[in-house]
Amino acid sequence: MSANSVEAPAAETAGTDDAAVTRPRGPKSSIWARFDHSVVPYVLISPFFILFVAFGIFPIVYSALISFQSYRVEYPVGRDGLSINTFTERWVGLENYQRTLVSWDFWQALINTFGLFILSAAPQLLLALILASLLNRRLRMQTMFRVGILVPYITPIVASSIVFATFFAREGGQANWILSLFHVQTQYGNRTIDGLDWRAERWSAWLALIIMIDWKWTGYNALLYLAAMQSIPKDVYEAASLDGAGAWRQLWSITVPMIRPMIIFTVVLSTIGSLQLFAEPVQFDDDPTSGNGGGSQHLWRTVAQLIWHTGWGNKTNFGFAGAMSWILFVIVVLVAAMNGWLSNKIGGRK
Amino acid sequence: MSANTLDAPAPERAPKANKAALLGRSPQDTPAGWVNYILLSVVLLIGFWPIYWAGIMSTWKEDKVFVEGFPTWLPGPYFKFNWHIINGGVEPSYPSYDSVNFLRSFINSILVVAIVVAGTLFFCSIAGYAFAKLRFKGRDALFYFVIITLTIPAQLGIVGSYQIMEKLGWIGTLYAVTVPALVSAFGVFYMRQYIEDAIPDEIIESARVDGASTFRVYTGIVLPTLRPALGVLGLLAAVGAWNEYIWALVAVNGSSWQTIGPALHNLRAGSTPKTSIVLTGSFIATFPLIVLLVVAGRQIVRGIMDGAVKA
Repeated sequence: MSANSVEAPAAETAGTDDAAVTRPRGPKSSIWARFDHSVVPYVLISPFFILFVAFGIFPIVYSALISFQSYRVEYPVGRDGLSINTFTERWVGLENYQRTLVSWDFWQALINTFGLFILSAAPQLLLALILASLLNRRLRMQTMFRVGILVPYITPIVASSIVFATFFAREGGQANWILSLFHVQTQYGNRTIDGLDWRAERWSAWLALIIMIDWKWTGYNALLYLAAMQSIPKDVYEAASLDGAGAWRQLWSITVPMIRPMIIFTVVLSTIGSLQLFAEPVQFDDDPTSGNGGGSQHLWRTVAQLIWHTGWGNKTNFGFAGAMSWILFVIVVLVAAMNGWLSNKIGGRK
Repeated sequence: MSANTLDAPAPERAPKANKAALLGRSPQDTPAGWVNYILLSVVLLIGFWPIYWAGIMSTWKEDKVFVEGFPTWLPGPYFKFNWHIINGGVEPSYPSYDSVNFLRSFINSILVVAIVVAGTLFFCSIAGYAFAKLRFKGRDALFYFVIITLTIPAQLGIVGSYQIMEKLGWIGTLYAVTVPALVSAFGVFYMRQYIEDAIPDEIIESARVDGASTFRVYTGIVLPTLRPALGVLGLLAAVGAWNEYIWALVAVNGSSWQTIGPALHNLRAGSTPKTSIVLTGSFIATFPLIVLLVVAGRQIVRGIMDGAVKA
C-alpha cells in the first residue's frame, strides 16, 4: 500500500518543469528559487539522516570494528590522583568470536533468550488475537476499554518489572498466594515450601518472565490486530454468516486470514523485541546491582544482559561485548526474515 | 483515512428491522454480550493491578509488602514518610537513598522528554514534508532506506554508541540521552504518510505560484494541518523517552544527568533494600504516564492503530 504511494506522485509530476512554475510571479530572484527547489529538500531531510546515521547506523558498524579488538578498559591513577580511563586495544581478528562461540555463558544466554521468545510470543499473540476480537464489537465505553488495555504498555518497563519481582517473591509474594489457594506445594531437596521458589529452577523463572512479558505486550498487540480487523470489508462477514458460520468459525476462517499481514508484522516486532529482552530479567534478580545476572547459575540471563555485564560489569571487555552484539544482530536479522517467510508460507496455504 | 476507525463503529448502518441482515452483521456491528464485558473488565483489572498495588504500597511501610493471604489493597498513611526517605531522608533501620538522587532524576527525565519530543516533532515533520511533497533526486531510494531501518533495533549498537559517546565526552551528560533520540525512523515514516494523505498537492502548488518558499509552505500550510499527527507522535516519543532503560543505564547511570530508569535500578542496591521504597519509586515513575494516558489516551490509541494500518 505504501509502496506505490511512494512512487505515484513522483511519476506524475516529474514532467512539469519546476522552475517555470515559480519564476513568473514570485518576488524572489530566480537564483533563490532554484536554490529553494534543488537544495532545500536536502536541507530538510539532512538533520534526520545525519543524526540517524551518526547515532543509529554508525554505532552498529563501529561495534563490528570493536569486536575485532581486544578492548579492555583500564583505570590507572593519574599523577593528580584521579583515575583516567584508557583503552588498551589491539587487533585480535576473530578471537572474540571464537571465544564467544565456545563459551557456555553465551550459549546459555542464547537458549534463555530464544526459549523466552518462543514461549512468550506464542501465547501473547494468541491472547492478543482473542482480546482484539473481544474489542471488535459494538461496545459501550469502547474508548475506555481501548485506552485501558494500554496501561501495561505505557508503564515504564523497569517499574513494572520491579513490581512483578515482588509478586514472585518466595515468601509473601502474590503469585505464591494465588498458588496457595490451590494448595500447591513444591519440594526442593529436603525442604518443602508453599507455592514455588520461582528463582530456584529454570522453568519457573522462565514462567515468571513470560508472565511479565505477556502482561506488558498483549494489549498493544491486540490494538494492532484491532486496527487490522476494522479494515476488513463488512460484507465478507455478512456472506459468511448467511452461510451459517458462527462467531468462532468467522474468527478463524475470515478474520485471521484477512489480517495475516498484521500477524506477520507483530511476529517480526515481537521477534525483534524479545531478542533484546533486558529489563525484566535484570529486575527479576534479587539484587540487580550486584552479581552477573540471572541468579547465581544465570538461569534466566539473556544475551542483552550478558552484553551489558561483559561491557559494563566487573571485567569490562568491549571487544567481547561487541562480538556478542554482532552475533545477536545476525541472529535477529535471520530469525526475523525466517519468521516472515514462515508466516507467509503457513498463512499462504489457507 | 483512518480517523474514523477509532470512534465510529457505524452502528446506525446496522438495519434493525431486517432479520436476515441482522444475522449477517460484521463483528464490529454486533453488540457485545455480557461475557464480553466481563472478560474485558478482567483484562483491564490484570493490566492495572500491578500499578495500583505499587501505588498502595507507596502509602505503607515495609511490613505490608510481603504478607500471607490477600494483598493489602487500601491506601495507608505513610506516603509522606516514603517520599521523605526516597529523597535521602534519614530514618532508623532504613538505608540511605541519598546517592540515588531520585527527585533530580525525575526532573532530568522530564527535561529529556521535553527535548526529545521537540526534536522529534521538528526533525521528523520537516523530513516527512520533504518526502511527501517535494521532488528531489534520490527521494524514493532514501525513503526506502528509512523504511528498512524501521526494523533495526538500535540497542544492538550499544557498544559502538558508548565508544562514540566516550570519544565525544558525552557520557554522563544530557547529550548522551537526548541527541540519539532526537530523530526516529518511525516518526519520519508516520509524518510522511500523514502529510501525503492530508494535504492536497494543489494547495501547495498554488502557494508556490504565489511565491511562497518551501519553508513558508511548511510553516503556513503543513504545520497547521499536521497538528493532530504531531500530538500523536509527540505522545509516543514521550512514552519512549521516559521508559528508556538499557541505554540510560550505560550512559548516565550515577551521573548528575541520571534519568528515572537508572534511578529506579539504583533504589534496589544495597544489602537491605526496602521494597516499599522501591515500589514507591516505581509508582512515582509510572504516575506521569498514567496521567498522560488519562488525558491523551485516545490520541495514543489512534497513533498506534494508525501507524499499524499505514505500515
